Amino acid sequence: MRAQTLIGALLAGASLMNAACSPLGVRPWQRETLAREEMQLNAEPLDRAIDDHLYFSKEAAAGGRSFAGGGCGCN
Amino acid sequence: MRCNAAALAVVLALPGAAAAAAPLDELGSHQGQVVYVDFWASWCTPCRQAFPWLQAMHESYALRGLSIVAVDVDANRADGERFLKRFHPGFEVRFDPSGSLARQFKLEGMPCSVLIDRRGNVRFTHIGFSDKDRITYERQLRELLDEP
Repeated sequence: MRAQTLIGALLAGASLMNAACSPLGVRPWQRETLAREEMQLNAEPLDRAIDDHLYFSKEAAAGGRSFAGGGCGCN
Repeated sequence: MRCNAAALAVVLALPGAAAAAAPLDELGSHQGQVVYVDFWASWCTPCRQAFPWLQAMHESYALRGLSIVAVDVDANRADGERFLKRFHPGFEVRFDPSGSLARQFKLEGMPCSVLIDRRGNVRFTHIGFSDKDRITYERQLRELLDEP
């Protein structure tokens, strides 16, 4: 009985901790600061395009660098 | 994303731009019209690209029953107003600085738009805007405008 209570309490604790993470994250309409030029990982688009081309040519893989289109999450 | 005529009423209850604010019977004036609700922000590059297209659609189809309602989700309304001074849209503009409507519509990207037919049903939703989307979006507009 005591073990069951302990497991129940652990499960409840775990689900509470999971729920605590749910409000994290920036919604698409809240990306104003992220969309600013100085927030980009690389502020030089041409340089980034050349790097991406090299990477694609060598690795046959592309993407995963950052959001395109000013952080809107749409392109 | 879900929307219906009631949600449209919420959109139209938002404060409007002083120049483009509609009269109090605004919901009535949208009944029987095809409504294009566009969520935008001043910092969003594709939103900026969509504005001249929205203006062109307004000029081409307003007389056939198209109503465009652009909802600004800028946290700072002044940013949105500065943006509007550049584009001078002829269509309606509403402000949602708290993002409450954006949350209600569960926007997945920016810009995001919802196309509502003459009966108040949501028929198309769009995420993003690029050159290749213009033809598709306009075809959808025409399709709904052609319906009785």
